[in-house]
Amino acid sequence: MANNTFVQNQPDTAANSDFEVRSLDTMCVNSEEYKEPWYGNLKYLVVGILFGIVFVKAEVISWFRIQEMFRLQSIHMYGVIGSAVAVGMLSVFLIKKFNIKTIHGEKIEFHPKKFNKGQIYGGLTFGFGWAITGACPGPLFAQIGTGATVIIVTLLSAIAGTWVYGKFREKLPH
Amino acid sequence: MTLIEMIRQPWPWYVAGPLIGLTVPTLLIIGNKSFGISSSLRHTCAACFPGKIPFFQYDWKKELWNMFFVLGIFFGGIIAAAFLLNPNPVEVHPNLVNELAGYGISDFSGLVPKDVFSWSELFTARGLIMMVMGGFLVGFGTRYAGGCTSGHAIMGISTLQWPSLVATCCFMAGGFLMANFILPFILSL
Repeated sequence: MANNTFVQNQPDTAANSDFEVRSLDTMCVNSEEYKEPWYGNLKYLVVGILFGIVFVKAEVISWFRIQEMFRLQSIHMYGVIGSAVAVGMLSVFLIKKFNIKTIHGEKIEFHPKKFNKGQIYGGLTFGFGWAITGACPGPLFAQIGTGATVIIVTLLSAIAGTWVYGKFREKLPH
Repeated sequence: MTLIEMIRQPWPWYVAGPLIGLTVPTLLIIGNKSFGISSSLRHTCAACFPGKIPFFQYDWKKELWNMFFVLGIFFGGIIAAAFLLNPNPVEVHPNLVNELAGYGISDFSGLVPKDVFSWSELFTARGLIMMVMGGFLVGFGTRYAGGCTSGHAIMGISTLQWPSLVATCCFMAGGFLMANFILPFILSL
């Protein structure tokens, strides 16, 4: 498989006591060894702000644009996601090819995702929610920022959904 | 057209998409972080109501960067709305305008239709399903799938992981089914 050639670093099971918990969910794993003071996190705040502005300006957080996408009435969202993936892919390729390090000199790590049926059942469930709310989790935060305060209810509901998944995770097919 | 007028216009996909894609290398280079947003919902659970649930027993403080990131997205929304907002309503396909008119949605001024997503609509059957149930499906589904559009569609496919491609196809399939076959009934309520 193509992905194997790109998998260079398996997650370090010994270092992560919560490895089992995460084995089905390798998203957003913090691979950094370097211990930063808390204000190091302000970098991510800045990236988030820029990202949020792009979200609003490109109307990808518009409920109307999402409805258009799922009715095949506009190329806009496909163009946004497609070109984002293309740029992401090219950057990951360049990072690997030139062995680019982080600003703290660490090797950049990529985490393989294992297939499980959750990606199908969960994927469909999220798709339903996406078409109803017109938002994935990121846009929820931006929509609230633009003044649609009622979306706080949707966000709290999404947190509740995550909690219920965590609670019944062992009983669900994976 | 001045620069600020240009910025106020909706940005075309070929500007916005590459900028969103650049988030992937930016997060990797500034701190070895994998792009993903829905995890912030999990960290919130782990920080606020972990209960005795193993799925929420981990060192969420290590993932604080993710909370700063989503807080930034929130501030980005505020800044864009305050200084950079397009004064005109969103321009969408005429067929969609006609369809939505049938459900009493005629206000295209906001990012979400105020005829559905507003505090006064929250306790109607339609509002409750759209805001409360819709949000629940987003939170439950993304965690069950192990990621959302950012984590799977953008980060996952960028690193050539086929499970992410499967997940992305399911997101789209679910969205198609809902938008074309189920949502019309909900919007008619």
